[in-house]
Amino acid sequence: MSATTTPAGVTRPRPLEAITAWARDNSWSLGLVGFLALLFVFTKLIQPSYGATALQGLANSMLPLALAAVAQSIVIIAGGIDLSVASMMALTNVVAASQMRGQGEEYAVLVVIGVLVLGLVLGLVNGSLIVFTRVPDIVVTLAMLYVWAGCALLVLAAPGGSAAVWLKDLVKGSLLIEWIPKSAVLLIVIVAIVWIPLRRSRLGLSIYAIGSNRLAAFRSGVAVGRTKIVAYALGGLFAALGGLALTASMGVGRPMLGGYTLMSIAAAVLGGVSLAGGRGGVFGPIVAVMILSLLQTDITLVGVNPNLATVLQGAILIGVLMLGSITQFRRGRR
Amino acid sequence: MSETVGTDRAPAPGAVTVMRRQLRDRPVIPLLGLAAALVVAFAIASPKSMGPEWVGIQLRAAIPLAILAGCQTLAMLTGGIDLSVGAVASIVGFLVATLEPNIGTPAALLFAFSAAVLAGLITGIGVGVFRVHPLIMTLAMSLVVFGTANYLQNVLVKIQTGVPDLVRSIGSDTLYAVLPYSLVVFVPVAAVIIFGLRRSGYGRLLFAIGDNPIAARLSGARAWQVLVVLYVISALLAAVAGVLISGLTNVASVNLADNYVLPSVAAAVIGGTSIMGGRGGYGGTIVGALILTLLGSLLGTLGLPEATRQVVFGSIVVAVAAVYARVTAES
Repeated sequence: MSATTTPAGVTRPRPLEAITAWARDNSWSLGLVGFLALLFVFTKLIQPSYGATALQGLANSMLPLALAAVAQSIVIIAGGIDLSVASMMALTNVVAASQMRGQGEEYAVLVVIGVLVLGLVLGLVNGSLIVFTRVPDIVVTLAMLYVWAGCALLVLAAPGGSAAVWLKDLVKGSLLIEWIPKSAVLLIVIVAIVWIPLRRSRLGLSIYAIGSNRLAAFRSGVAVGRTKIVAYALGGLFAALGGLALTASMGVGRPMLGGYTLMSIAAAVLGGVSLAGGRGGVFGPIVAVMILSLLQTDITLVGVNPNLATVLQGAILIGVLMLGSITQFRRGRR
Repeated sequence: MSETVGTDRAPAPGAVTVMRRQLRDRPVIPLLGLAAALVVAFAIASPKSMGPEWVGIQLRAAIPLAILAGCQTLAMLTGGIDLSVGAVASIVGFLVATLEPNIGTPAALLFAFSAAVLAGLITGIGVGVFRVHPLIMTLAMSLVVFGTANYLQNVLVKIQTGVPDLVRSIGSDTLYAVLPYSLVVFVPVAAVIIFGLRRSGYGRLLFAIGDNPIAARLSGARAWQVLVVLYVISALLAAVAGVLISGLTNVASVNLADNYVLPSVAAAVIGGTSIMGGRGGYGGTIVGALILTLLGSLLGTLGLPEATRQVVFGSIVVAVAAVYARVTAES
């Protein structure tokens, strides 16, 4: 989300003005939410039986990608890009699954903590390599994609391992009423715990600052290198959460995962994160992931050939991006 | 940079500075040294396999990668990237092999290349006219192309299992076991790219747009036209590579060239083309592709498992890029 706080010393605008200003600043996200609502209505129309169970399935299947999109968004906002997200997810996924096999439920808590620390370390390595070698982000993370993928294969050569029961329960089913999927609650809780305090902290501001203008940030006293490393470490943390979500929903570890990196970039961009850095938030990308997942369900429900569904998904992505960049371009002209 | 970079201060630049500048402007020489070192390492690791056939095998494998890396080089010069090359190359290889029994090789080639041009045109319009970021535009395009190929796979009836004889011959046969026939395709392509980048007005425009888009616009360059043409050229190159890859492997699957996409970016980067745009050339890229091919087969010869190979491969790409960034660093 773009900044909505009023600068100190300025008289507060009237409520209506404040709301319109907020709506204008967040027009892209609001448009996404509106599109999502339309999509839900459409889904209900073509499949009247679409209900709580299907919603749980949707929330369950989108959780790993949503976490990957959050990881990608944080890094892109800081002016980078992380092509190794899928490999980091694969590595954390297999480490979690292989360590939990044949162990007690309590031990699994330690494994989860360990895997989260591992994610932080992986991101830290990515970020440090970028900052200290001065090689462009895209090149370093492209190479690390191979490194982490190779490590994942070293840990587990073929799908295997298992997940603790409580971990699986964490994403299965619903909470209180059947219309609130547990995994959706989990996603909101995780993002709220990490992102909201971050967004309001000095560190969060620094992350936006180095993404929008490195030099200006440096001259205002932001430790550019350190902030970038932290942003990558946070990306690694969310990738590890994504890997754990995969472990929980699949119940096993898979060393080869495809598609998460590219889909996470697509979701981030669709969610209003500018690839130039410094603009966007994590809620837009999460909504974008919901849209992408629901779109896939719909296309299947309508009975389109699944291969044409891929074409359609790509075409919609292209259309939305063109539309977005046209509106942005026209606003920039004015 | 902490090092002294006295380009405008010192009247006579020191030997180190001259060397750095040489390295930055002519990366081919040190890169050839690295390639030679890999050949020596190969000779030590597996003396038996060395010989004329070995040269032919390595060249044959490096050529498609070098062509795809050419797509990346051109796109990267403008500050872009083309991740759709894998999907485009695959669909071309697939179409040629599938259509050939019905309509003959020339018509099949024509049809497949037209499909590639169409894909490149759409990408180019997206990037040039609508200003979608090339990374995401080519990504979305590869989804579209890949999906189309998968759909066609179910619709078109496949008569033969392999690829047309002509394609297989160009892709995998060699002259006296040393010179692969694919050189017939590659040499003109490489010559046109190298010459075009250095001497033609269009080549200069690519550098200009990548180096400073605003300055290029103010001096009258129409960026959108340049970009549309660029992505069409890139798709055509990918199509050529697709034909060669399908000839090399004698299969025409729809994900034929998927594994080439990331190495093609790595080859251009190792070859000294800046991903930020405005600096680089095709000569370095060719050597970069050669290095990656040699590295891959060296790791294979050493008998390392796939997992270790990936780790080593990635580490070496980072290391080379890091050394490169250090040595050629501008202030």
